[in-house]
Amino acid sequence: MTKTLTAGLDRLPGVDQVGLEARAAALSTRSIKTTSKQWAIDLAISMVDLTTLEGADTPGKVRALATKALRPDPTDPTCPSAAAVCVYPDMVPFVREVVGDRLHVASVATAFPSGRAPLDIKLADVAAAVAAGADEVDMVIDRGAFLAGDLATVHEQIVAVKQACGSAHLKVILETGELQTYDNVRRASWLAMDAGADFIKTSTGKVQPAATLPVTLLMLEAVRDYRIATGRQVGVKPAGGIRTSKDAIKYLVVVNEVAGEDWLDPDWFRFGASSLLNDLLLQRQKMLTGRYSGPDYVTLD
Amino acid sequence: MPKFEYAPAPESRSIVDLAASYGLFIDGEFTDGGGTAFKTVNPATEEVLAEVAEADQADVDRAVRAARKAYQRVWGPMPGRERAKYLFRIARILAERSREFAVLETLDNGKPIKESRDVDVPLVSQWFFYHAGWADKLEHAGLGPNPQPLGVGAQIIPWNFPLLMLAWKVAPALAAGNTVVLKPAETTPLTALLFADVCRQAELPAGVVNIVTGAGETGRHLVSHPDVDKVAFTGSTPVGREIARTIAGTDKRLTLELGGKAANIVFEDAPMDQAIEGIVRGIFFNQGHVCCAGSRLLVQESVAEEVLDRLKARMATLRLGDPLDKNTDVGAINSAEQLGRIRDLAATGDDEGAARWSAPCELPERGYWYAPTIFTGVTQAHRIAREEIFGPVLSVLTFRTPAEAIEKANNTPYGLSAGVWTEKGSRILAMADKLRAGVVWANTFNQFDPASPFGGYKESGYGREGGRHGLASYLEGTR
Amino acid sequence: MSERLDVRKTYKLFIGGAFPRSESGRTYEVADAKGRFAANASKASRKDGRDAVTAARKAFGGWSKRTPYNRGQILYRVAEVLEGRRDQLVAEVRAAEGVSEKRAGAIVDAAVDTWVWYAGWADKLSQVTGNANQVNGPFFNLTAPEPTGVVVIAAPQDSSLLGLVEVLAPVLLSGNTAVVVSSLARPLPAITLSEILSTSDVPGGVVNVLTGDIAEIGPWLAGHLDVNALDLTGVDDADVARELEVEAAVNLKRVLRPGTPTAQSLARITPFLEHKTVWHPIGV
Repeated sequence: MTKTLTAGLDRLPGVDQVGLEARAAALSTRSIKTTSKQWAIDLAISMVDLTTLEGADTPGKVRALATKALRPDPTDPTCPSAAAVCVYPDMVPFVREVVGDRLHVASVATAFPSGRAPLDIKLADVAAAVAAGADEVDMVIDRGAFLAGDLATVHEQIVAVKQACGSAHLKVILETGELQTYDNVRRASWLAMDAGADFIKTSTGKVQPAATLPVTLLMLEAVRDYRIATGRQVGVKPAGGIRTSKDAIKYLVVVNEVAGEDWLDPDWFRFGASSLLNDLLLQRQKMLTGRYSGPDYVTLD
Repeated sequence: MPKFEYAPAPESRSIVDLAASYGLFIDGEFTDGGGTAFKTVNPATEEVLAEVAEADQADVDRAVRAARKAYQRVWGPMPGRERAKYLFRIARILAERSREFAVLETLDNGKPIKESRDVDVPLVSQWFFYHAGWADKLEHAGLGPNPQPLGVGAQIIPWNFPLLMLAWKVAPALAAGNTVVLKPAETTPLTALLFADVCRQAELPAGVVNIVTGAGETGRHLVSHPDVDKVAFTGSTPVGREIARTIAGTDKRLTLELGGKAANIVFEDAPMDQAIEGIVRGIFFNQGHVCCAGSRLLVQESVAEEVLDRLKARMATLRLGDPLDKNTDVGAINSAEQLGRIRDLAATGDDEGAARWSAPCELPERGYWYAPTIFTGVTQAHRIAREEIFGPVLSVLTFRTPAEAIEKANNTPYGLSAGVWTEKGSRILAMADKLRAGVVWANTFNQFDPASPFGGYKESGYGREGGRHGLASYLEGTR
Repeated sequence: MSERLDVRKTYKLFIGGAFPRSESGRTYEVADAKGRFAANASKASRKDGRDAVTAARKAFGGWSKRTPYNRGQILYRVAEVLEGRRDQLVAEVRAAEGVSEKRAGAIVDAAVDTWVWYAGWADKLSQVTGNANQVNGPFFNLTAPEPTGVVVIAAPQDSSLLGLVEVLAPVLLSGNTAVVVSSLARPLPAITLSEILSTSDVPGGVVNVLTGDIAEIGPWLAGHLDVNALDLTGVDDADVARELEVEAAVNLKRVLRPGTPTAQSLARITPFLEHKTVWHPIGV
């Protein structure tokens, strides 16, 4: 973390809340129908990081989830797989056991969700996850340090975690619900990207509000501008609170019109979600059969 | 080919029941006109939508007489509380029939359904709802204890927001106790005529609202009619000037909402992404057919290049095409005539050495279309920086200091609106203070509300519409 | 031994804070109410009108940007100085209007009181004619009055002092600057008032007074593109008034028609105001 970066972060343009939210609302009136809806639903399925992050998670639970991520609709082989399964570090082996190399395995780490642990423990958490087979690590930033103005600490920790990840991809969770202002979200996005994030992610899912369309739009502006400035492309992952196909399609519209179609790819955009997948599957069946489906026609988990 | 192609999502037009021909709405009834009927077309397809009667002098006279009679016998003496309820009814009916109005507006005007559905028609209903509440509270309007209506209003409205302009005119007039004869623009008469049906459903007394269709000649008959007490006009400055001359020496009161050449000023510390949206909303909203459009972008030189790059990238995502498609951002130019004017004025931009850039969008073969366009390297001396273009064409100028921005922004005979984009609060207030314009949008643009007065300085007209100030234009004070 | 001969005053125009003769060199004979020679007044030409508009425009920026409190103080100062020259004005009003001394005294008193009334308006205007507007969205929205700009005033023909004050003060308090064409037949109190203005901290150019014939110079002023408003109160001839209103439409001047009551009233202030509405989003 250099003085230049702090100065650079201070020079980021401000975000007007009303204007940002109006833009998100305007984009969410896009009407995506028929063939484009089919395409978008399949794309959304392929972008899901199917997630369980509960104290009650067991090997059996995560195996079932991993199976579902591989074949979300067992009755339809044309249905794409999810992008990844996202679990706590100790659950990583059970997922890897099921998915092999066919899917990414993401692990939260760094004393998720609060991040309130000494750095060496956070780094050990990361190392354990990677050693257990995670090829994606979802870390949380130190929001306390960020809000206290200690951006250097936040930056150093991300750099350290990135190093601990080795070849695993690093997703940096900003926990936008705790950062509160859009100005903070933009600043944290740039900070994370500068420190080496491969993805910036909205939320842990444990804090309300989690992902929102305006916050995701803002982060998409950040990755767009960051690529213009540095040439490096960074992905975006909204997580938490996205439950319906309609919502997911709104996010894809925003990706398309704000960051551009380069981000319309599971390598560059993900949904951190659990119940979203089933709604996507219900909608997919409706599109294919012309009938409204029901919850008994998609699998649990 | 784009990865994410949005499939066509057209709004159904079956909700609109178009008649082959329309008459004049006078004294609660549709009647034939004495003039030569004219056709109104869908500017997106050039399809003829309907034939519309032309009101001649005798028709205008009938309409004014009906309005006078209704004013004297029914509407004037009616307690404000009762007038209010009629207006509330109208507001509700408009909301109930909002989809129908939106589709018809888009068909007749060419604006995207997204805008007629989400902006025009909701505002129309809100306009009546807001003013309905004033009808029995006029003594609180700041004009003394017992303000009086003026009588019969002659109202002439433009084609850019046909139904919304009707609401701006009719709602305050009726709330204050006046009756009206309204002339919609000749290229967009249909929603006004459908509004007559709303009056029928609301059981508004005959003669309170009369609608006469026609072009300039009909308007002249209306303005010069000796029994008119109030003239309200929205349109071009030359016509406004002609009206002001016509009524000189009479007792007629006048409100004029005329042209503009608004500066949208972007400072280097602007909230940049929102500023880009504001620029786009400022000039491409409603195809730039907006009197308060931010048609001059004044951008601080230090960020001019960045702003232009971002603006062009944003403009490339604008979807131009079928106005009924829910995903269309930019619709059709309202008429062949207007398209010609835009082309001519834009051509002077080329001739005078400005650099033209247009969004890469395909224009439909039929209908009247103009791609969103910007001119860079424009100076105050260029015609495109001085004359109202009333189309999707933005002139980009630069400035170095706040004083220079003010100087350039105010260097126009117009004074309708202006925009300022900066994160510095005190600078916003200083700029707002110095801009000679009736509406200043700071870190936003093209916002409208019935509670917010709207109107210009200098040659942009006089009087306000909306809010307490707009209401005052239809009342005689006692203070 | 002969009586001492009066030193007579030369009545000139008042433009940009100075007292020039008409550039045309013209004067006209002004008689008192009994028809006796009173003075030769300058007869303003269209070029004097042009110079007055230039001076008024130049003064507008500074005058309109003073704080309303400061404008109020200056206008109150005018009342003070006016009161101090009461005797002179009583004599002039008597001479011009042929009224009794008592009546003339009442007229001058009313003129003073009118200045005081309008002076007190300067810093209340936005509270009375402006307001916050409750719009349907997250926006701060405020409407406040501003001066229209340069106002040309045809002063009443009969009421040479009070009538003039009644049309001038309401224009000035909000920050407008004025070009006044005085009563043609009774111009002398207007020039004395100018002398008072010039010694009352009113900046030069804020008020410019032309003596002469509105029918002659009016069309030039009404057609002047750098004039924003026209008060026709003192135009008694309906044809001239209509002609001036037609001319004023060239740049959509705000026009106050003849016949508008001159008694002190908010209704004399508002025709020369613009209401500006400022929007700003409300967000964190």
